[in-house]
Amino acid sequence: MNALLLVPAALNADGTVSSGETVLFWVIAPLMVLGALALVFSRRAVYAAVSIIFVMIGLAFLYVAQDAVFLGVTQVVVYTGAIMMLFLFVLMLVGVDASESLIETIRGHRPLVGLFALGLVVGLGGVVISAAYSAPVGLEALNADSNPVGVARVLFGQYALAMQLTGALLIVAAVSAITLTHVERLLPLVTQRRVADAKMEAWAARGARIAQLPASGVYATHNGADIPALSATGEPVMASVPRVLRVRGQQLEIGDFAPNIAAERDRPTGQSGLPNMPGEPAPQLTQGEEER
Amino acid sequence: MSLTNYLVLAVVLFTIGGTTVLVRRNAIIAFMGVELMLNATNLSLVTFSRMHGNLDGQVMAFFVMVVAAAEVVVGLAIIVSIYRTRRSASLDDVSLLKH
Repeated sequence: MNALLLVPAALNADGTVSSGETVLFWVIAPLMVLGALALVFSRRAVYAAVSIIFVMIGLAFLYVAQDAVFLGVTQVVVYTGAIMMLFLFVLMLVGVDASESLIETIRGHRPLVGLFALGLVVGLGGVVISAAYSAPVGLEALNADSNPVGVARVLFGQYALAMQLTGALLIVAAVSAITLTHVERLLPLVTQRRVADAKMEAWAARGARIAQLPASGVYATHNGADIPALSATGEPVMASVPRVLRVRGQQLEIGDFAPNIAAERDRPTGQSGLPNMPGEPAPQLTQGEEER
Repeated sequence: MSLTNYLVLAVVLFTIGGTTVLVRRNAIIAFMGVELMLNATNLSLVTFSRMHGNLDGQVMAFFVMVVAAAEVVVGLAIIVSIYRTRRSASLDDVSLLKH
């Protein structure tokens, strides 16, 4: 049989637990209380979620130590595996840094809650400590065929109807979650075809750009997105700089990072010599010079 | 160490969970406080099960876990749908019925 199912958790003759379990308890219990306190005091929701996962794993240890092996494994699978992961998913959905304001909306709210907590812990703790319990029995006899078998006998014997109702409850919960988070589609679905048609319509109506925007300039000394590319005639293409940078005025001119290119660009070209082109005028050739 | 220590730990965890529900105004953190309270009661159920030599307590704790799973699914769906309409996960913002 699996070693996990044979955890020695026998009670001593006087009803106290074994020394090994005592050590386990005093190691885990303060850490669990610290993790639970992190839930109250942590500023970030993700830290709170991780500390609660820690508390739940500690609880699983205590369940296993207390002869509830099945519940210990279920605790890890259901709580830390499913429920807390669901919490983390929702935290991602809602926004990780959804920090809360620290202003009290009700005057004296926090001191009152502290008083309430003190009263609760003293009241409940006093009842728990001062109550007279019968001698602890332990679960060795009931767990003779391992703990899951014992739990299954009770679960599917006495509580079979409750078990089936629980299944119905889970289905209702799943359907209700789907219904609650369902969103009606208010606008038609955006497909590639629709995007292409919209671009063509914009081009026909006001001459908008159909193709993608030109890439930003790549130079030997600077290849960031904040500098424009140069066109074939040496003019900077402002559409190649992202619009956000242009709105913020963060784009660079060529002269800001490569003055030699700017100087080269502004120098008149000297070799064209063709009609209607920049540069020196076409040389006036005469017949004699042509022959030479 | 007697089994009472487990019960005291359950009381402490339950109190911390209840304090979280009352103090924190982020809906998700308050919800985690509810989960902590459920877990504390589970610990006391398991301890009483061992104390009385009866597995019914463990079965009850199992049912608490199942119902908690269903409750978390519905509660988180409500939080998400509120966040969609109000753009906020704060409990103080959901006060329209007051006025």
